[in-house]
Amino acid sequence: MIKVKNISKTFDDTPVLEGISTIFDKGKTNLIIGQSGSGKTVFLKCLLGLVKTDKGQIEFENKVFDSMSLKERSILRQEIGMVFQGSALFDSMTVEQNIMFPMQMLTNSEEDEVRDRANQVIKRVNLVNANEKFPDEISGGMKKRVAIARAIVMNPKYLFCDEPNSGLDPKTAILIDNLIQEITKEYDITTVINTHDMNSVMEIGEKIVFLKNGVKAWEGTKKDIFNTDNAAVSSFVYSSDLFKKVREMYLKN
Amino acid sequence: MLQSVFGKFTKWKILKQLILKDIDVLIIGSLGIVSFISFFVGGVVAIQTALNLENPLLPKNLIGFATRQSVILEFAPTFISIIMAGKVGSYITSSIGTMRVTEQIDALEVMGINTFNYLIFPKIIALSLYPLVICTSMFLGIFGGYIGCVYGGFSSSGEFIEGIQMDLIPFHVTYAFIKTAFFSFILATVPSFHGYFMTGGALEVGKASTISFVWTSVVIILLNYLITQLLLT
Repeated sequence: MIKVKNISKTFDDTPVLEGISTIFDKGKTNLIIGQSGSGKTVFLKCLLGLVKTDKGQIEFENKVFDSMSLKERSILRQEIGMVFQGSALFDSMTVEQNIMFPMQMLTNSEEDEVRDRANQVIKRVNLVNANEKFPDEISGGMKKRVAIARAIVMNPKYLFCDEPNSGLDPKTAILIDNLIQEITKEYDITTVINTHDMNSVMEIGEKIVFLKNGVKAWEGTKKDIFNTDNAAVSSFVYSSDLFKKVREMYLKN
Repeated sequence: MLQSVFGKFTKWKILKQLILKDIDVLIIGSLGIVSFISFFVGGVVAIQTALNLENPLLPKNLIGFATRQSVILEFAPTFISIIMAGKVGSYITSSIGTMRVTEQIDALEVMGINTFNYLIFPKIIALSLYPLVICTSMFLGIFGGYIGCVYGGFSSSGEFIEGIQMDLIPFHVTYAFIKTAFFSFILATVPSFHGYFMTGGALEVGKASTISFVWTSVVIILLNYLITQLLLT
């Protein structure tokens, strides 16, 4: 579980995040949604410790991140898996080497053990015949799968995903969403996903935090989102005709 | 940055592979162009010197002497380093910069890896072999001078060899290698700094490489002046 308490962040006198508090539960897919420039990525980077907050605190299993010693932070980092927007795979390494990398760097496991574990997760994310390929030889969907495999290879407690299905066709996007949700349940991890894809919201949004101009404007579940009278979240989620009609039908029934 | 480069070391098994890879790319990969440039510039230095020795009273062995002095004191350590700032420096900036814009550095940081040590330390170690490149450059520069001078008919082989042995001050060679050691550190760190701290996209990677080349050259030239002032005056 991750508790966020009243965090704020300012860049060059421009407030990017203001007084955000929320809880991301274990075993759930928690979504952060909002328009481009609403502060989603900065919020995610604050959770990861890549950006230091000006105010407030973030707790991982009731331990305050800022008060952790370097050793505690190092241990925590090994419990975090991250799927970046552009996958962030290492170009000079093959798919298998990319997935083996965190274990090689952070554990003292034998080479065979590392390879076996890498192949387990490769199977888990349904990557076929890609072990020896380089990132630029595989499709966008496969890259996401490799990034997910790399993120879960260390059995993380927390999984963070920044726009995991951006640039993917709708079918592959849903497959990736479902894969993340399955992994969240299977490994019983706290998953936080940063997205502006409404399909993801409807598909896997067990908890949704809506950011507007750096402020938490709404939070709830995907069911709550149909009934909400919050104008900001409604205008964002139901901005397309398709979703407007879906909502109308839901409310009629 | 430097404090972090030498702190929290990457596992030796991984570091060793990174160092070997960087030696291959930065040192071995530069030998071809350095050899080519050194040989022909050495030849040109010898020919230019020969053409400027108009006074018949001046001995022909001065061509060999002038070639040796030019190559050992300035051409090999300083000008090859500026060429390397373009070749190696822009490679380092663009490779680290690309890792920055594609979030690969963020990915390493999230894993809890000391990115400064992982990315920059192997380059500093690999470039500690840079004096070998300069040694090759010195040899080929003088050899190029010999070929240019002897086969161009400016002096005999004996006269040129006599010239390169004449009044040799061993400290000049030491001075050249002291400069080289400093330059190798500059070649590894200045481009790494520009790559690591760049922001933006692909266009900015190109800009960072250019800025890195300019700054590496400026630092090398200034340091060259300072070291020369300190060691030779």
